[in-house]
Amino acid sequence: MAKLLDKQRYKCALGGMQTVQAISRAIPILHSGPGCAQKLSDSIGSSGYFSPNIFPCTSINEKDVVFGGVKKLETTIENALKVIDADLYIVLTGCIPEIVGDDTGEVVSRFENAEKPVIYASTAGFKGNNYKGHEQVIDAIIEQYLEKSDEKEQGLVNIWADVPYQDLFWLGNIRELEKLIAEIGLKPNTIFGYGHGIKNIDRIPKAEFNLLVSPWVSVENMKKMEKKLGIPYLHYPTLPIGAFETSKFLRSVGKFAGIPSENVEKVITEHEKYYYYLIERYADMFLETRVMAKQFSVVADAQYSLGITKFLVNDLGLVLAKQFITDDTPKNFQEQIKAEFANLNYGIKAEVEFETDSYKIHNEILSHDYHGYPLILGSYYEKEVTEKLFGHYLNISFPVQDKVVLDNFYVGYTGGIRLIEDIYSVAVQRWN
Amino acid sequence: MAINLNNSNVATRENRIGSITGYIGTLGDLAKQSECGTLKGCSRCFSQSSTCLSGCALGQLSAIRDIAIIHHGPAGCSIAGAGTYYLDKVMAKKRGVTNNTVYVGTDMNEKDTIFGSTEALRKIILEVNRRYSPKAIFVSSSCATGIIGEDIDSVVDDVKEEIDVPIVAVHCEGFKSRIWATGFDISDHAVLSSIVKPPKQKRNTINFKNFYESARPEIIEIFKNFDLEPIFLYCNSTVEELSHISESLATTCICGTLGNYLGNGLEEKYGVPYIRTINPLGIAGFETWLREIGRVTDRSEKVEKYIAEQREIYIPQIEEIKKELKGLRAVLGMGPGYTFEVSRVLNELGIEVVWALAWHYDKKYENGDVPPSMKYLLENDVDFEASVADQQNYEVMNILHKYQPDLYLSRHPGSTVWAIKNGTPAVYVADEYMIFGYKHTLEFAKSILDSIHNRSFEQNLAKRVKLPYTDWWYQQNVDKFLEEAKK
Repeated sequence: MAKLLDKQRYKCALGGMQTVQAISRAIPILHSGPGCAQKLSDSIGSSGYFSPNIFPCTSINEKDVVFGGVKKLETTIENALKVIDADLYIVLTGCIPEIVGDDTGEVVSRFENAEKPVIYASTAGFKGNNYKGHEQVIDAIIEQYLEKSDEKEQGLVNIWADVPYQDLFWLGNIRELEKLIAEIGLKPNTIFGYGHGIKNIDRIPKAEFNLLVSPWVSVENMKKMEKKLGIPYLHYPTLPIGAFETSKFLRSVGKFAGIPSENVEKVITEHEKYYYYLIERYADMFLETRVMAKQFSVVADAQYSLGITKFLVNDLGLVLAKQFITDDTPKNFQEQIKAEFANLNYGIKAEVEFETDSYKIHNEILSHDYHGYPLILGSYYEKEVTEKLFGHYLNISFPVQDKVVLDNFYVGYTGGIRLIEDIYSVAVQRWN
Repeated sequence: MAINLNNSNVATRENRIGSITGYIGTLGDLAKQSECGTLKGCSRCFSQSSTCLSGCALGQLSAIRDIAIIHHGPAGCSIAGAGTYYLDKVMAKKRGVTNNTVYVGTDMNEKDTIFGSTEALRKIILEVNRRYSPKAIFVSSSCATGIIGEDIDSVVDDVKEEIDVPIVAVHCEGFKSRIWATGFDISDHAVLSSIVKPPKQKRNTINFKNFYESARPEIIEIFKNFDLEPIFLYCNSTVEELSHISESLATTCICGTLGNYLGNGLEEKYGVPYIRTINPLGIAGFETWLREIGRVTDRSEKVEKYIAEQREIYIPQIEEIKKELKGLRAVLGMGPGYTFEVSRVLNELGIEVVWALAWHYDKKYENGDVPPSMKYLLENDVDFEASVADQQNYEVMNILHKYQPDLYLSRHPGSTVWAIKNGTPAVYVADEYMIFGYKHTLEFAKSILDSIHNRSFEQNLAKRVKLPYTDWWYQQNVDKFLEEAKK
């Protein structure tokens, strides 16, 4: 049922267009009102090969609402194939065609023999948020494009993580995950970002397993691939940030892939050595920064709320105030995620709240005693509320207005160091 | 035409003032056809995404301080609230005030599309009012709520008793108009019908409709010369301020597309004269506009004195820089409130306009006249190839590819980068005051020179990127997908 969305932190399912945009040379064709794409895009690396200005769109008008927009959809797809040079065309439906009952699937099926693949995903705004839209796009690829492969490529593993563009660090994170996986001897395959795209999509069925690094997003996609393509999956719910979690992550993946543990340990040891070389040099700063309280709150989607909480507790020894998860996590995943928050060093348990109403979140932050200047990692909405508490604020989750990220990342050993750099770059701006 | 403030629904620009989004030809032909009433817009059988009128409507309203916008629809519609939050905070900070405007959504889901959600909406309105005590509340529909027939007017009427500030329904179904500027009219209509009160006393004020008031301090200074005080709308406006705009001596606007509805509404309803000249961009624009303000407010002498002083400072400098601009060829793509104004300024600066794209075209303004910017160009024998396209990037790129101009000027986010990828230097005429008055006309001329002198960035990028269009498309005529255009 409709609810008060105060200072919202997600978009609608049609936001899945950004997932398509993150696949090189794939283009969304929008069967929607004229302005949906513009509204759902952000100026965070959006002017690549295709930008929202390039997306074909049926730009539904009043007449189409009454008589249906099927014909317009057909000419739009037909001409998109002629005008736009893409490898994959993904038709996305907005609210209007799904309410008036346009048979998008039927129109798309007329392009079965087109030179380039044309598929479609149901992404009406009222069907869910853009986390859901992301899953719908991947589902469409699995259902309508991928075929089961008898031939497997040894060591090939598909890596899936959170939602491109919604996640500010999506590009850097996925590249770093690939790098880490390759270091323990596996062959990573991902579909997002530079130089990937359709050739990597084509490799998906040949993988030995899927690796999902996300608390809940895409779990259903993994199940679908397991069923249709016979690919087993490892679900690692925590985005590994910093040494503690990344080493744990590599061990889990190594074990699942049957890699000799000494190979994995060798990689871990090398990384940890360098990581702690850096930490040791800056440990005095961590200990002696007068303006940092030990307590922090993260206001973000499940991915960052969990990942950053584990990092700050297990690596840096900070102490938890309440954590907030703002992505409208489906109910069936909430217990599992809560359990992860209870799995911290020294039996520390994080109090976590699934909340989409920022008014309530801000009231809780304002009324909590952080025993000093708090550290708040969250969206741009947390800037003002943190200022009221004279706290330290870092913009790590959507919406982002306080940070520019091209390919920076927080995942892995290096990512943990980057996050420390960002946090203390804020802290050092004050003396007391 | 008469503005009916008793109905919360505003007719679209297409229906009200015959606006179009599809045309290819020349400026002269466009004007001729507008005048004799033969102009018929074309539709496209292939189009690219453009803009939603709700962004214009609610973007304008949400800039008002300490109000609430309740956008009833799925989460994608109300995501504009994220940008609004940022903009309101930074714009208020710059001005040294605070703005606690809230823009909330209702996260409508599939069940709501079947069973309706007016009861939930009612509760949401009351809760927002309780939380924030806003000075006014605007309740907007969306495509989804519009199609399923949610009666937001009734909900608003229903809660009026419990809310002691102005509350009004705003109809923002994105499908109802391809012309996003209809959204500006929707916002003006909401302000006129719910906030503006009849005048009690006349003041020395001028209503100045703009976007982000960047030139506010200097315009205040200019108007001091004439003993006038500008009130900038709606960015950082207060509801109290808006309630008095019927008491001003006149209304003016930095962009005809933006201010037309409010200006005409205030004139029609409260007799506040609307300054209908070409816009204060460039030399002729600035002078014509100032003189009309002088005439309407009975301050012609002071205005002439100011013009004479300023001309002495700036005209020699502008004349000097014109020598360097001579011979440059430009293509531009903007809303019609700017395209035909900027074309005039380019002409004034000696730059040849080879093609002008307007994102839409209003055949006539609210009072039935052809837009003054068009009239001026025709009277001064300026003609060039022109088209009307609602930000259709593939048409822009086809034109840039064929004409390879020295310069592309554009005003909308995400549009200039494509010119650069084509290797064409681009000037982003983002700020509405970028060409305002003598001073900014000079600065504008200098920015053009700067853009042309160092072409490293676009050359570096253009050399290394592939454009997203097929060779086939570049070989087609730009009107390929226009329907009813080819006779």
